[in-house]
Amino acid sequence: MVYLDYSATTPVDLRVVNAMTPYFSASFGNPSSVHRYGQVAEAAVDSARETVASILNCRPDEIIFTSCGSESDNLAIRGAAYAMREKTGAKWILTSRAEHPAVTKTLLHLEKYEGFLVEWLDVDEYGMTTPEAVSKAICDNTAVVSVMYANNEIGTINPIKEIAEICRANNILFHSDAVQAAAYLPLDVQALGVDMMSLGAHKFYGPKGVGALYVRKGTPLVSHLTGGGQEFSLRAGTQNVPYIVGFAEALQLTNEERDQRVTHVRPLRDQIIGTVLEAIPDSRLTGHMDSRLPHHASFAFKDVDGNLLLTLLDAAGFACSSGSACKTGNPEPSEVMNAIGLSRDWGLGSLRVTLGVQTTPADVNSFLHILPELVERARKLK
Amino acid sequence: MSGGVDSSVAAALLKEQGYDVIGMMLRLWSEPGKEDSNRCCTPDSMAQARRVAAKLEIPFYVIDAKNVFRETVVQYFLDGYARGETPNPCLICNRQIRWTFLLDHALALSADYMATGHYVRKQTVEGQHQLLRAVDRSKDQSYVLHVLAQEKLAKALFPIGDYPKTEIRAIAERYGLPTASRKDSQDLCFLAGEDYRSFLQRNAAEMLQPGQILRRDGQAVGMHNGLANYTIGQRKGLGLASPVPLYVLGKNSVTNTLIVGTQEELGSHELITRDVNWISGEAPKEPFRAEVKIRYTAKEAEALVTPMEGDQVRVRFDAPQRDITAGQAAVFFQGDVLIGGGIIL
Repeated sequence: MVYLDYSATTPVDLRVVNAMTPYFSASFGNPSSVHRYGQVAEAAVDSARETVASILNCRPDEIIFTSCGSESDNLAIRGAAYAMREKTGAKWILTSRAEHPAVTKTLLHLEKYEGFLVEWLDVDEYGMTTPEAVSKAICDNTAVVSVMYANNEIGTINPIKEIAEICRANNILFHSDAVQAAAYLPLDVQALGVDMMSLGAHKFYGPKGVGALYVRKGTPLVSHLTGGGQEFSLRAGTQNVPYIVGFAEALQLTNEERDQRVTHVRPLRDQIIGTVLEAIPDSRLTGHMDSRLPHHASFAFKDVDGNLLLTLLDAAGFACSSGSACKTGNPEPSEVMNAIGLSRDWGLGSLRVTLGVQTTPADVNSFLHILPELVERARKLK
Repeated sequence: MSGGVDSSVAAALLKEQGYDVIGMMLRLWSEPGKEDSNRCCTPDSMAQARRVAAKLEIPFYVIDAKNVFRETVVQYFLDGYARGETPNPCLICNRQIRWTFLLDHALALSADYMATGHYVRKQTVEGQHQLLRAVDRSKDQSYVLHVLAQEKLAKALFPIGDYPKTEIRAIAERYGLPTASRKDSQDLCFLAGEDYRSFLQRNAAEMLQPGQILRRDGQAVGMHNGLANYTIGQRKGLGLASPVPLYVLGKNSVTNTLIVGTQEELGSHELITRDVNWISGEAPKEPFRAEVKIRYTAKEAEALVTPMEGDQVRVRFDAPQRDITAGQAAVFFQGDVLIGGGIIL
């Protein structure tokens, strides 16, 4: 099998596993305990926090560890929405139509159950949210703006810095879901200008089950998981020490090796994009050509059942994903496909191919060798 | 795979026999608002099939067939009733969906064969593929597979047919697979466990027009409330006052009349079938004797089968048969071997 679905998840780097291991049985204490077992565990969490803070260029007490990127999104959006409403009465939340479900579902929830109002910004045909669109939509009653750093389905990188400037100028909190971006893009929160930023370890060779939220000092936030006061009383629950250690180690390695990793994947991605658009009729690239994650290639094929294409690919030994796939065999084009204006006959045929450190040129060649034939088969079976 | 014991054990047996097995499931039907109640492909049964595949360590894929199923099988069902017949959509499903649509997908995945959990046997003698009844006669499902052509049989595998049901259950237990089977396949899978009449009411209400009930001599004896509500041989529920019991003999969809008569009038020695399929691929030149089933659950009856012009066959029974129903299939057996079958006119 050839794995080409790194945007879905990544294998845990052996160095990360090694860093985590001592904290399962040897140094297993609860960081909240007074005794030395607790002290050792707390030190590990603190050290992890410092590592992450240094990479993000922020203070350690601005890092909250969570269970995953989705939880970070929930904490940021809910927490800021409640806090801002309490503080200023603001009840509008602004976001784009191309966000991850962890953001959109949370907003729909807030709308339905909590009386918030959500404005959905249109994205352009590349899925990009422009600063102008944000500028137009912002008002006095806006509590939070949430726009993702990079899109998981179509790879587009948003102009976060410019959007952050607009929010800052208008005194509005700005959250960015950086879960997909973290593996390859710079994360300096001062340069980016964000007030909150979500991360999830399993996208950058860390384990599943741990994430983090950057929260700029002074950002009002109401906690989500309440209880024992951990994580500055913003996220209760005994810290998952080994996984937090793993998160930090994985992020550290990502930061150190970023340039090499980009250099490794980018040419392979470009080869895929170039070959597919040339060799397969009725195919198009989804997402922006240039402002794009370096490991991410995504396409729409006309009159193809995306789910079926994934099945054919899997049977042929290639693991990819699709914006329109569904394990229960009930495919519909995703929201993102609709947001970028794809008609149904294109939107159902999306394919996402994402590369990683272990992807070799031989992998890419064999994939490109067989893909045209499989697209053809999928079209014939329609 | 369906999540049920038969297809699960079929997969396990093939894996044991050394095949590279891939599990496939079809998403066939869901009526909006009733997604959880069709018998076949609910989210639960899908999860069950997926679990079985995981236990057997085989890949598992779900193929969406909703459109083609609706256009062929469900439409066939509705059209049959509109013509005054009692259609058997499982025949079309097997031919068009399982052994065309799904088989095409299996071949696209580079499979050499497609296997199902049908209780039936396949035998190849000098390059000719034969379809045989299952060893366990009480479970035999060869009736619905009479529609298969040689080229489809060439790609088919039926591992279950060689075993009695009790042994299938034992094999399932051995592998830790679910041992419950679906209710025996007489209710149609897309009817969501309800009566077919409600389905027709919801999907083709215009078909259920009241009309006259007549005797064979043309005498009017009452009114019916829609031909599709009645089956051949039905006695109850006719709403007729009569000194002798009256049975449904037939339907005339052109005049929208229901024909009834006495028990003596009910039986018939003869039927004609259309759309005949011969398993061997060729119609026999001479008439031949066979045991004929006129319904999935019917007992075989001795008859003389005479191939006629085009796709038609005349079947003449030794003893009169009740309930010969247009739209059902008449299937011809010689011993264990299924010779062919067609749709009763």
